Amino acid sequence: MTGTPTFNSKTFQGLILALQNYWSEQGCIILQPYDMEVGAGTFHWATTLRSLGSKSWNAAFVQPSRRPADGRYGENPNRLQHYFQFQVIMKPSPPDFQDLYLGSLAAIGLDAASHDIRFVEDDWESPTLGAWGLGWEVWCDGMEVSQFTYFQQVGGFDCNPISGELTYGLERLAMYVQGVDHFQQLVWNEPGTSRSKTYADIYLAAEQQFSAYNFYYADTDILLRHFADAEIECAVLVGAELPLPAYDQCIKASHIFNLLEARGMISVTERAAYIGRVRDLAKACAKAYLVAEGELVEEMA
Amino acid sequence: MSDLLLELFGEEIPASMQARAAKDLKRLVCNSCRVANLPFETAKAYVTPRRLILHISGLPMAQTDAREEIRGPKVVAPDKAIQGFLQGNGISRDQCEERELAKGVFLYAIIQHQGRPTMELLAEILPKAFADLPWPKSMRWGSGATRWIRPLHSILALFDGTVLPLTFAGINSGIQTQGHRFHAPASFDVWGFADYRDKLAAAKVIIDPDERRKTISEGARRLAREAGLTLVEDDGLLAEISGLVEWPVPMLGSFDKRFLDVPSEVLVTTMTVNQKYLSLRDAEGDLSPHFIAVANLEAQDGGYQIIAGNEYVLTARLTDAEFFWNQDKKKSLASRVPALNEVVFHAKLGHLGDKVSRMEKLVTELAGYIPGADVERAQRAAHLCKADLVSDMVYEFPELQGVMGQYYALNDGEPAEVALAIRQHYSPAGPMDDCPSEAIALCVALADKLDIIVGFWAIDEKPTGSRDPFALRRAALGIIRIIIENNLRLPLKNAFALAQDAYEFSGAPDSSLLDFFADRLKAYLREQGMRHDLIQAVFSLGGEDDLVRMISQVHALEKFLASEDGVNLLTAYRRAANILRIEEKKDGLTHNGAVHQGLLQQKQEFDLAHALGFAADQIDGALASEDFAQAMTAMAGLRPSVDSFFESVTVNTEIDGLRGNRLRLLSGIRQTLHKIADFSEIEG
Repeated sequence: MTGTPTFNSKTFQGLILALQNYWSEQGCIILQPYDMEVGAGTFHWATTLRSLGSKSWNAAFVQPSRRPADGRYGENPNRLQHYFQFQVIMKPSPPDFQDLYLGSLAAIGLDAASHDIRFVEDDWESPTLGAWGLGWEVWCDGMEVSQFTYFQQVGGFDCNPISGELTYGLERLAMYVQGVDHFQQLVWNEPGTSRSKTYADIYLAAEQQFSAYNFYYADTDILLRHFADAEIECAVLVGAELPLPAYDQCIKASHIFNLLEARGMISVTERAAYIGRVRDLAKACAKAYLVAEGELVEEMA
Repeated sequence: MSDLLLELFGEEIPASMQARAAKDLKRLVCNSCRVANLPFETAKAYVTPRRLILHISGLPMAQTDAREEIRGPKVVAPDKAIQGFLQGNGISRDQCEERELAKGVFLYAIIQHQGRPTMELLAEILPKAFADLPWPKSMRWGSGATRWIRPLHSILALFDGTVLPLTFAGINSGIQTQGHRFHAPASFDVWGFADYRDKLAAAKVIIDPDERRKTISEGARRLAREAGLTLVEDDGLLAEISGLVEWPVPMLGSFDKRFLDVPSEVLVTTMTVNQKYLSLRDAEGDLSPHFIAVANLEAQDGGYQIIAGNEYVLTARLTDAEFFWNQDKKKSLASRVPALNEVVFHAKLGHLGDKVSRMEKLVTELAGYIPGADVERAQRAAHLCKADLVSDMVYEFPELQGVMGQYYALNDGEPAEVALAIRQHYSPAGPMDDCPSEAIALCVALADKLDIIVGFWAIDEKPTGSRDPFALRRAALGIIRIIIENNLRLPLKNAFALAQDAYEFSGAPDSSLLDFFADRLKAYLREQGMRHDLIQAVFSLGGEDDLVRMISQVHALEKFLASEDGVNLLTAYRRAANILRIEEKKDGLTHNGAVHQGLLQQKQEFDLAHALGFAADQIDGALASEDFAQAMTAMAGLRPSVDSFFESVTVNTEIDGLRGNRLRLLSGIRQTLHKIADFSEIEG
């Protein structure tokens, strides 16, 4: 055995590699991102669906995430419409989950002897997923570096056993570790070499173009149609006892809803109704998943 | 006598729930000890983010033994009776004593109840208390079924210096705990409360929240003094911070002066609400570009990285705030008003845009009741008062609603009183909050609250018990305080009618609305130290909805009742009322009719009849001109004739006509006094 490889967590990719390496050493499967447009890592089936049922499950992965309404054409120092989250899910939540988490901060160079690390109450709820949990936001020197949640319910079903979920906001964490005050300045790789790229080199054009798309060009008629299509297809797939493809459609509907909202197409009253429609899909998927897993006996109508 | 020490150690308990949890744990355990006949000397609970601690001193080692004696049958009773007695009490014949009483020799069963050991009782009491602890929210973790606020890791339970064995949440109790998460994570044994407290202090954990608060407050004050600054006092924030740390270390940081161009309320909110920093003022009393962060450890590098990190975070947040401030100023408040048509006020009461239109109508009418209120300015303020809700800054910092509106209005060149009204129209937000006092602000603040209360009343969303989701009690109290503190002559019924008109509701609101206000008013006046019986006495007359007039009347009455005439007249009133009550019951009819002059016989009767007529006229006149002192004087003028009437005239004569007429004279006393207040409600 050679020693643990070290990663330069003062680069964006080094930070990801350090986290992946650390969580892999803690027994997590290192998964790849979900190939759907999602608002947060929590929407990955590896988090939502796998937190249901009785089987143990430990996984970690990067999830590119989209929040269309947060687009600022790349100008705001820390608001992006496309960003990265690092997710860890452990089921059942291990008794030393907090310590494991603190170990991950040490692995990226945040030494607890010189930094002020705190767990500050912050409960989590996702009305679109019919999910909630209790936990904290973790502060390092006054900055929120992670979200730490014990899932209690997903898709309207009680979790048993309970999963522990960690979410690291990678841009913010990297900015802090690198000591820069705008995401554009983040060093992605090999600082000081001719191969080095910044976050702006890679993603600024996308931020600018997608902001324009999200706010002006997304065709709302098409989106409304897509939403309805996804909703129908999800229901059909649930009926066919295919919860995984059904879940894709549920997530698609959720993202389209976010786009419609960014386009200012959803009034406050309609908003609740749309969220309710996506939640119904999520609940149906969760139920179908549990049935397919043999964890729930479907009542005959 | 022995001590119990208990520590429930786990993951971070939310700061806002700690004090309550400590109190509840103490209450539950102490109550169970009392029920189990386990007396104790002292009980004190402590709490830190990671531990809930209870120390009870002076517990006995066991319940006291009890001896019970039960008298049985006579020794000479049939064997069957004796056997029945022995079996019934589960004893044998030789456990009985024979005692000679007057009626013979009886058997006495002597039963010794041996007290159970405290250790054994506590092992039953404690897990039950833990399970009963009422957390506002609770959760499960891992594969367990127990609910607690956050995962629990260990339980230290010590009684009389040894482990008290118990199990909760799958955890067996022990005698170990651990210190500060980063400074002293190793486990160690504990042998008693003092040992526990001292070892934890050495392991950088202060168990007493008050002590932590003091450490923070003193440390912060020292840092401020050294920098030539003063600390902005904020007890709530201090309490919250002391619930976030086990080993508080205050540190001074700073931010760029350029952010001082952003309204200070925004800076303070960012620091205190988002970052839990204490803010500071300079010698001139202006906000200083400094803050005090309270860390949870003594950093190896002396805190350099912690301060730098906190400054970095604050700078990022203030940059956001500065951005919102500059962006928001580019759009006038007036141009934001149409966007309120998109924001729902309540599904049944329309959008905020509708509410604003109603308030514009309402202030137009209310201005007539508020001296010095310019109608156009009141309308302008009502028009703009909600527009900041759709600004970026208020979206980010909802608690700055109104405050930002004032800044933006001034920036738009709106008149200062309009801007002030926008800021103050949510006030007073509670019993301790300041009440507005400027005319335009009064109009808009009243309109906002009347619209809420009349609207929710109409859709039957009235508060019930502790449920008041739309804060209608607060709105009612706000209206009451605005009227009283500013001496506004705005009768409540008129105010309700105006709000009804603005909604285009027909008719008057449900009469329960006035009762609801009456209850809030009585509660408020009681808190102000007014006699509740006098309030009730004036209230009972019914129909009074002019709060200012009602209060003057109560004050005048209070003064009158403190005088000799008042005391005397109250006695006379009660005498008259008592006689009437008895006689009217006997007769089955009231004697409220007019006195017949022809049936008056004695001089004292003529005097009283005349005095009553005179006083009634005077009181009516005084009340009409709201001269309550004069009304009291008129009442006092009755005293000599009332006194001499009672001295010389016999009411219950045999002559029926005379008796009825005299009862009518007494009723005259009652009726005349009731012009001012229902004297039967007065106590003492």
